[in-house]
Amino acid sequence: MKALVIGLNHKTADVNVREKFAFSGPKLEQGLLALKELPEVQEAIILSTCNRVELYANVKDTQKASESIKTFLSRFHNIERNALENALYIYEDINAARHVFRVASSLDSMVIGEPQILGQLKDAFEIALEKKTTGILLNKLMKKAISVAKRVRTETRIAENAVSISFAAVELAKKIFTDLSKKIFMLLGAGEMAELAAKHLITTGVKEVLVSNRTYERACDLANELKGRAVKFEEFINEMLRTDIVICSTGAPNYILTKSQMQKVMKERKQKQVFIIDISVPRNIDPEINKIDNVYLYNIDDLQEVVDTNLFERKKEAEKAERIVDEEVETFLKWQLSLDSVPTIKALREKAEEIKKEELIKLLNKLPGIGEKEKEAIEYMANAIVNKLIHPPTAALKESLEDKELLSAVIKKLYGINGEMSEKE
Amino acid sequence: MEVILFELALTFYFAATIISITELFKSSKITSKLIILLAGIGFILHTINIIYRYGISGYIPITNPHEATSFFTWCIVVLFFILEFRYKVALLSSFIMPIVFLLMISSSMMSREIKPLAPVLQSYWLGIHTFLAFLGNAAFAMSFGIGFMYLVQEHYVKSKRLGGLFERLPSLQTLDEMNYRLITFGFPLFSLAIITGALWAETAWGRYWNWDPREVWSLITWFIYAIVLHARLVAGWRGKRAAVLSIIGFITILIAFFGIKLLKRGLHVFL
Repeated sequence: MKALVIGLNHKTADVNVREKFAFSGPKLEQGLLALKELPEVQEAIILSTCNRVELYANVKDTQKASESIKTFLSRFHNIERNALENALYIYEDINAARHVFRVASSLDSMVIGEPQILGQLKDAFEIALEKKTTGILLNKLMKKAISVAKRVRTETRIAENAVSISFAAVELAKKIFTDLSKKIFMLLGAGEMAELAAKHLITTGVKEVLVSNRTYERACDLANELKGRAVKFEEFINEMLRTDIVICSTGAPNYILTKSQMQKVMKERKQKQVFIIDISVPRNIDPEINKIDNVYLYNIDDLQEVVDTNLFERKKEAEKAERIVDEEVETFLKWQLSLDSVPTIKALREKAEEIKKEELIKLLNKLPGIGEKEKEAIEYMANAIVNKLIHPPTAALKESLEDKELLSAVIKKLYGINGEMSEKE
Repeated sequence: MEVILFELALTFYFAATIISITELFKSSKITSKLIILLAGIGFILHTINIIYRYGISGYIPITNPHEATSFFTWCIVVLFFILEFRYKVALLSSFIMPIVFLLMISSSMMSREIKPLAPVLQSYWLGIHTFLAFLGNAAFAMSFGIGFMYLVQEHYVKSKRLGGLFERLPSLQTLDEMNYRLITFGFPLFSLAIITGALWAETAWGRYWNWDPREVWSLITWFIYAIVLHARLVAGWRGKRAAVLSIIGFITILIAFFGIKLLKRGLHVFL
């Protein structure tokens, strides 16, 4: 019983390779069932996301099983076997457990601390449970991975700070305004990055969306897409009288909003706070505007700096998370090893029970006249002796990490347990 | 007994202050709850102390500097709890509890002697005028703390250095609105305190207005807060300017309160 992980991710394979390996839609279930059918595989789970494709299995012989899984992968996706070798990584046993825990805690993600991966892992497990392709090992591994991820989330601040430009923009907006759903937002220009940031801001909920662009048609199209209202470019300053958040990326070579214009705007809007994000390069908003009271101007470099600081913080937190993973790997290992001793422990217990029963029968036959109470007392004592006698070897088998096989053999020999019989059970 | 109650309240406020300062460096749910618990026990002891003192003297205990400062602090704590439970402003205790403690410690250093009530103070105006004044001033004290929080948070956002307390402090808009609300709550109370004070002065000294230093400073304070409200409504003076003004406003209150006591001049000499 050994855990095995075979997979590829954003670090080992480009997107064009990753998409070839993806198990999307109905392919996932087909793949999962086919994988489980392999004679070397006892349990199986497939995790397939845009950044990684990983196959988790419970196998007896990792060497044989990995070969067989590689062949399965190349056949299933119709890719040459050689093409696989460079992209794939293989983790066995304790390293496999560590890898799954790191994936669940998003320590192996492109953006450390991103929350989506845990959900994706839960979904993959859910499907495997539904299709009954898992058993004792992978069930435990997955449940443990989920609890490790939760522990990492509660004990570290790994996911606390925004690490993308658009997230940073939203986080900042929330520190300026109490309730974004009461705020009016304007997108100035139609740069790709600004559009992305705008979409993110809109999903967090703003009251009204305005779109302004030099080409009015483009503004209308984008306004349509963002469920907002198009504004003629010449009128955007007028609209700033009621706009609270502005994202700007027009591609203009000069400033489209100057300090004096903004001062007038602020006077008219009675100094109500404004948050302006200038993503354009070269900048479209006069940086001097930031000096005006209640105006908060951030450009792309400012936001990048916020993101970089947050990433640095996350890396520090990731170190703490790795220590949590190490701890949990150890407890998982203990559990797994205790599982290996189950047949010996079971056989030992049976042997003891058998002896107890025989001796009890003999004794009770010799004492025909005793009452029920005395009988119970004798049985109670016999049980106590058996339990006390087999407790130390059982505990040693469960706890010992090294020489487990030797210990198991010694116990079998000492108590006269037939090894093969108990293995079968 | 009265002394023990006061000292105990002071001790609990002190403990709450120390923890609320550590909260600035590292916060947790446990410490936040502990601050409320300690401040709560302090508040209960403080309340019993005030009632007890009332029982002994037979008049509302706000007639000497020790009592007045103690009662003023009590009003601040009441407002602190209202804001804490109603709005749950993060880190509020870190900015308010030190004020509470400093006022309490200064109160503890003043004479606690209970004397018979001076004839001039034997009036029903005593309770009305002083209670209005203290509650109004307590609202201004809260707006001082909130204004301070605003300036700290504004500094982070404006300078684009988003470390330290940035994450935990509330949004600028929340702080600004809270500051405004506190002033709109405190201003009418303070205005009524001035009016009732004038009416009392008329019955006590025969003149509505005597230009005594406390009256002058109260008028200055009143003007400052009137400017805050007026400028906000007319010119939109909000945010940083409002925060700075609310800080200046509270400093004038402190001057009126403690400075004049040191001068020992004027008709409000008993305070």
